[in-house]
Order: sequence, then C-alpha cells, then structure tokens
Amino acid sequence: METPLPEPLRPPLRSALGSLVLIAAVVAFGAAAFAYTAAWLSPQKLTPDRLVEALAPPSGPALGHRRNHAKGICFTGVFEANGAGSELSTAQVFAKGEYPVVGRFNLGTPDPDAADASVRVRGIGVMITTPDGEEWRTAMINPPIFAVSTPQGFYDLLEASASKDPDAMGAFVQAHPEFAAFGGWAKDGPWTGSYAEERYNGLNAFVFTDSAGDRRAVRWSIIPAAEPVPVSPEELAKRGPNFLEEEIAERIKQGPLRWTMAVTVANPGDPTADPTKAWPDDRRKIEVGTLTVQAIIPEPDGPCRDVNYDPTVLPNGMATSDDPFPAARSSAYRVSFDRRAAEAKDYPRTAPGASL
Amino acid sequence: MIRVPRFTPLQRALHWIMAVCILTMLFIGVHMVSSINPKYLTLITIHKTLGIVILVLALIRLAVRLRSGAPPLPLDLPEPMKLAAHLSHYALYALMIGLPLIGWAMLSSAGYPIVLWGGIWLPPIAPQSDGLHTVLWQAHVWLALLFYAVILMHVAAALFHALVRRDGVFEAMGPELNHRAEATSPAHQPAE
Repeated sequence: METPLPEPLRPPLRSALGSLVLIAAVVAFGAAAFAYTAAWLSPQKLTPDRLVEALAPPSGPALGHRRNHAKGICFTGVFEANGAGSELSTAQVFAKGEYPVVGRFNLGTPDPDAADASVRVRGIGVMITTPDGEEWRTAMINPPIFAVSTPQGFYDLLEASASKDPDAMGAFVQAHPEFAAFGGWAKDGPWTGSYAEERYNGLNAFVFTDSAGDRRAVRWSIIPAAEPVPVSPEELAKRGPNFLEEEIAERIKQGPLRWTMAVTVANPGDPTADPTKAWPDDRRKIEVGTLTVQAIIPEPDGPCRDVNYDPTVLPNGMATSDDPFPAARSSAYRVSFDRRAAEAKDYPRTAPGASL
Repeated sequence: MIRVPRFTPLQRALHWIMAVCILTMLFIGVHMVSSINPKYLTLITIHKTLGIVILVLALIRLAVRLRSGAPPLPLDLPEPMKLAAHLSHYALYALMIGLPLIGWAMLSSAGYPIVLWGGIWLPPIAPQSDGLHTVLWQAHVWLALLFYAVILMHVAAALFHALVRRDGVFEAMGPELNHRAEATSPAHQPAE
C-alpha cells in the first residue's frame, strides 16, 4: 500500500520544537519504565542479588564457591526406581529402571573451610538424568522442617544472625513464631557422625502429574539404610575439621551407601506454601526407589563442582507448587552460580586445565 | 500526488509483531532477574520461549529483507543520519538474532536444561564451561541493555521522521499519518 502525499510543507519552528520535546518525553518515559521494571529505583526490594549478598559473612563471600552450602564433596551413583512413583508422575525417572546420579553432600554454611562439627544443617544435592534427556535436580537438608515460612523471612533471619545488636535474634524470633520448631530441632535434635546416617528432606512442596492428568501436591525425603548413631556435638567437635568428608570417603570403601526415596502425598487442605509446617504422619507415603552412592570424589575435580542444584530443574510430570521457596532458591542459586563461575580462578582446583 | 515507498505488508507485520515481542522480552528480562517471587519461574519460561520465537521471526525477517529490500531513504537526508539509520538497522538485526543465541548458549554453558513453555526441551548449543558461561552471561546482560538503548534511539528517530522531518520514512513502516508530509519522491535513494 502506498501513501498519497500532498505538497511539500516544512513544519513551522514552534511545532518542531514541540515535537522534539514530545520525542524527548517519550524516550525519558521509556527509560524510566525500564528502570522501574528492573527495580533499579527500588533499593528496598528483596532481589536475588541482595539475598545472596546477605548470605556472606562480614569478611565477604568465599570467591569461587557456592554462596551457601559452600563446603561439600561430590558423589556418583544411581537412582533405582521401583516403578511405584509412576502412579503419581509421568516422569521417566519413576519408571522402573536405573538412572545415573551426580550428587553432592554439603554443609549449610557460606564458609567452605568451616569445621564440620560447627555446622548444624547438612544437605545433599542430587541430579538424576534419564534417557529421554530430562533431569531432576533436588537439594535436600536434614532438618524435618524449614526455619522460616517465606523467602523474606529467610532474609530477615540472615540479617538478624549477622546483626551486632544483641536483641536482633530475639526480635526475629518474636516476629517469626514459626521459627520455634526449627529452633527446637537445632537445639535438641540428634547429631550423627556421618553424611550416610542422615535423613534428607526436600521440605518444599511440588506438584506431580500422573498419566491421567491428575495433579497431587507432594514432598519427598530420602531415608538412610545406615542406622543413625547419635553423637553429641561436643564429641564431634573433637574430631577433625573435615571428619564428615573423611568418614564418607572411608565408609564407601566398605560398599555402596543407600537411601530409600519416599514421596508423601498431601491431603486436600494440607499446607503446601509453608515448609515450616510438616504434614501429619498419616499421609500416604510411597517408596519410589533407592538412591545408591557408589563413589565419593573430592569437589575440586568432582563432577558436582559445576552443577547448580536448582530445585526447579524438574522433568515433565513434576512442577512447582504454591510454595514460594523453589522460585526464590532458583533465583538465588542462579546468582550464586553466575558469580562463582565468574570467579573460577579463585577456586582451588587441583588439576591444571580442569576448567576452561 | 506523490507516493511514499513503503516496506511490504509482510515486513510491516513482522516489524510490529516483533516490536511487541522484543519489548515484552526486554521488560521481562530485567524484571525477572530482580525477582524472587514464584512468578520468576513463569517469567523465565516465557523469556526462554519468547526468545526462541524472536530468533525464528528474526531469521524469517532477515530473509524477507534480503529478498524484498527496504524503501529508499530521502535524498535530502543528511549523511550522518543516513549512516545512523544503516548502522542502527545492522545493530538491530544483529541483536535480534544474537541475543537469543547468546542466551541459549549461556544456559547450555551452565549445564542447565533449556525447557520452554509446554515442556519442550531444547538441546545444548555450547559445552559446559565456567569461562564461556561468564563471557556469555556478561554479553547477554550488556547487549540486552544496549538493545533497549538502540530501541529508544530507533523510536526517537522514527518520531523525528514522523513529526519533524515529515519525510515519509515513518510511514514506510508505520501507519499512514493524516498530516501533510513533505514530498520526498523522486528524491529518495536506495537504502542499501
């Protein structure tokens, strides 16, 4: 289509000036809208960058390392699905079979050199790949419930713990009554002398979709085959600073380590958006398979080193729920990964040329 | 009566569809990286999916542009403005095609699966590598900001043609304005 045009006519000067002002206003509005959307104008907003920065100790983060759960050791193994999970989810990982795993035992601390006995929370990262090319990544920890109900609450906890104000923690506990259950576990819960004796809990609720398209809210845990032997923290403190890594490397020589994976299905009305609220014990539990750890590999050259155990990497047939944590964790883990990858030269790799 | 040469209807359709897609993309991009809400996951899925849509549309558009060309610029357009017009078009095409590819490669180099809306999994297009990831990540961020700056300049230039010069350049891609425009033909010259 072509436009018929009338005779030439330059706009009068005043109109041209007005037009330039209009153009400048359009550009300024465009730039401001962009800055607003990017939260550049909202210094109080809780962003993934601010959350990650709050994890760092006063001396600054350990460059090249994960910003939390910084201390860890890699493992490889398999997830052997027994087929029972297929009732809940179409994901291939639940079809009877063996699927390779790259995982990481870790401690909930931003300090990669922390003494093992000084860290209350122990965790495991698991990445299972299936022949259809899909992946399931999950990062679980040993407390039975999470510390806080919301990501903002987690940020508040970090701020309060780091505060020099002696009343900060008290004020935090007052403002976050849900913290009491976790606080009770941290104080009185059992300690063990081995990563292999821990039960690890996913804590966050996810949604499984079965082959009929039915959706169910679930949480999952892995339960150790090894009998947990309680050891007092005072006794653990006498062991070496890396006793957990040394113990697991020794223990694997006696044979593979096993955990049973159990999926708990929520009843209608069970809280899915709050990982501080455990579901009642009578909820349906399905054992979906066995995680077998076959080899322990130090992290510097290990296959887990460059894996981001982002809990939102899920195969088709699994999805996030209204639990706000997986999204917050995903965004914060991404920032942590971006930063540590950029700081790779600060990470003590053992083999020259181990990375590009 | 003088007629202003315009882009073909297909080119105009592609331009305006992509304008909406790209602006949506850039706003989602800067918003999602500052967000920890559950909507972060929805936004990032839209971002990846829309990125692939833009990549495909941009490749189609490039092919159409190479075949159909562009209307000539007005002969009396000052040389610096002609140069800016040509360079900005090269930049826009490079960014439309480059940013989705860089984003895709960036996710690949971090070892993330690339999952689009509807559970579509894309293969990686780069090896996993810290060094490569860092370069691609920085490039994705800074080129996206550059893209938005170029778009703002593009909008400013389009409005300058529409409101100040009234030389038919805006109408070549935009709606037919009802104001009296300066005759430009036969004073147009080929753009490329």
